[in-house]
Amino acid sequence: MSIESLQPLQPLLRVSRIDKSYGSTQILKACSLEIVPKETIVVIGPSGSGKSTLLRCLNLLETVDAGKIFFEGRELTRERNRQHLVRQEIGMVFQNFELFSHLSAAENIMLAPMKVLGMSRHDAHDLALSLLDKVRLRDRADAFADELSGGQQQRVAIARALAMKPKLMLYDEPTSALDPEMIREVLDVMAELSAEGMTSIVVTHEMGFARRAADKIVFMDAGEVVETASRDQFFSGVVHERARRFLDQILH
Amino acid sequence: MSLHLLLDYLGSAEFARGAAVTLVLTLLSLFFGMVIGLALALFQAIPSRVARTFSFAYLWLFRGTPVLFQIIFIYNVLPSFGIRFSAFVCAVLALSLNEGAFMCEIFRSGLHSVKRGQRTAGLALGMTGTKVLLHIVLPQALRVVLPPIGNQMIGMLKLSALVSVIAVQELLLIANQTASANFRYLEALTAAGIYYLALTTLFMLFQGWLERSLDPKRKTRMRRISLTERLLGVGQPVVR
Repeated sequence: MSIESLQPLQPLLRVSRIDKSYGSTQILKACSLEIVPKETIVVIGPSGSGKSTLLRCLNLLETVDAGKIFFEGRELTRERNRQHLVRQEIGMVFQNFELFSHLSAAENIMLAPMKVLGMSRHDAHDLALSLLDKVRLRDRADAFADELSGGQQQRVAIARALAMKPKLMLYDEPTSALDPEMIREVLDVMAELSAEGMTSIVVTHEMGFARRAADKIVFMDAGEVVETASRDQFFSGVVHERARRFLDQILH
Repeated sequence: MSLHLLLDYLGSAEFARGAAVTLVLTLLSLFFGMVIGLALALFQAIPSRVARTFSFAYLWLFRGTPVLFQIIFIYNVLPSFGIRFSAFVCAVLALSLNEGAFMCEIFRSGLHSVKRGQRTAGLALGMTGTKVLLHIVLPQALRVVLPPIGNQMIGMLKLSALVSVIAVQELLLIANQTASANFRYLEALTAAGIYYLALTTLFMLFQGWLERSLDPKRKTRMRRISLTERLLGVGQPVVR
């Protein structure tokens, strides 16, 4: 995985100096980012640093004010009217899971393949069961969100995103709303996917996960990408002053 | 009170026809009212100033004047503009337009009850706005709006009596006319009352059935424990 990332691969996604403001508050300042296939990038930084906004810009849930985003060489910032097609190839997992409350776990996974890809109910059901297997929840296929623990809901949400066979997965603080004892089960699934070569960008505060699964670490502060470093480089302490201060804060 | 006469009225073709007119009038007005209400609620949700202003003006107008006024206005004023409808059509029109304003508020609260994150999750899966609305927002909103819509259904059934003023041959007018021929008001109105209660009871049963069938969890619960399993007390409850 990390050997491949050393090769000069065509980036799957390239973000070039994007800006984003809400009213007069600038959230993102000339943020750049690059990810090659099979790579996992962990984005860290203090809250309010623009991590989530950056992630939401990548699948066009937010419009950028300036800058460019390229996905497989296509300029996404020009595809506003076909944004739903872009999003079919980019999976997203949310802090609050957002399982569809009127559907069972299996139906949550089946919805998009059926309604977007036109898959038959039967095939979609098979797909749902195999994905539930993957996140170790096959026995909960008929359960509804309010019958599942937070960790289980998040694993179903991951399976739901995977059902569209995305080329890139975005995780927006996937464990921040979880009780400590459930964080592990979700991170395990994510780490497994990364190890299998799922290209992923993860916004998280879980430094253990970064240590375990990240190829690269991006540190953001006040809307800027302050530092992009390989995992080893980052944890060996060769980091920007601001990053070190942040690390000191969350590790102690 | 003559029980014989009451039974006569209950079984008479006039009363049955009156009840049928009341029922059809109610169902049509409810249907169009819901269509109008849903459209207005969606107008308020889209980022178009014109649509929102229209929706607001509509609500202001139709919630702000009495239904009886609207019925009489439509029946008596439209012909002077060369638009001629039968009394029945005018009745449906007035009741639907009025109902639309109230349904709008119900649907609006239903749409509001669906959290923003649910839509975002749908969009993130690559669904278009229409698909998100159809497969995520509306099914969830529907469960929230069902009880108040049940209220409106019963309210509409009773409201429909108002159109007797424009001579639509509905239940109350039939009862009134019948009674004025022989002054047996007690029997005629009791017969009408029984019809009304029968219809509202039907509506209540329908609402209950609808609420149960829209409960997403029912289907799977039923599958989990079959009837025989339940009778024999075997099978694991709830979770397989």
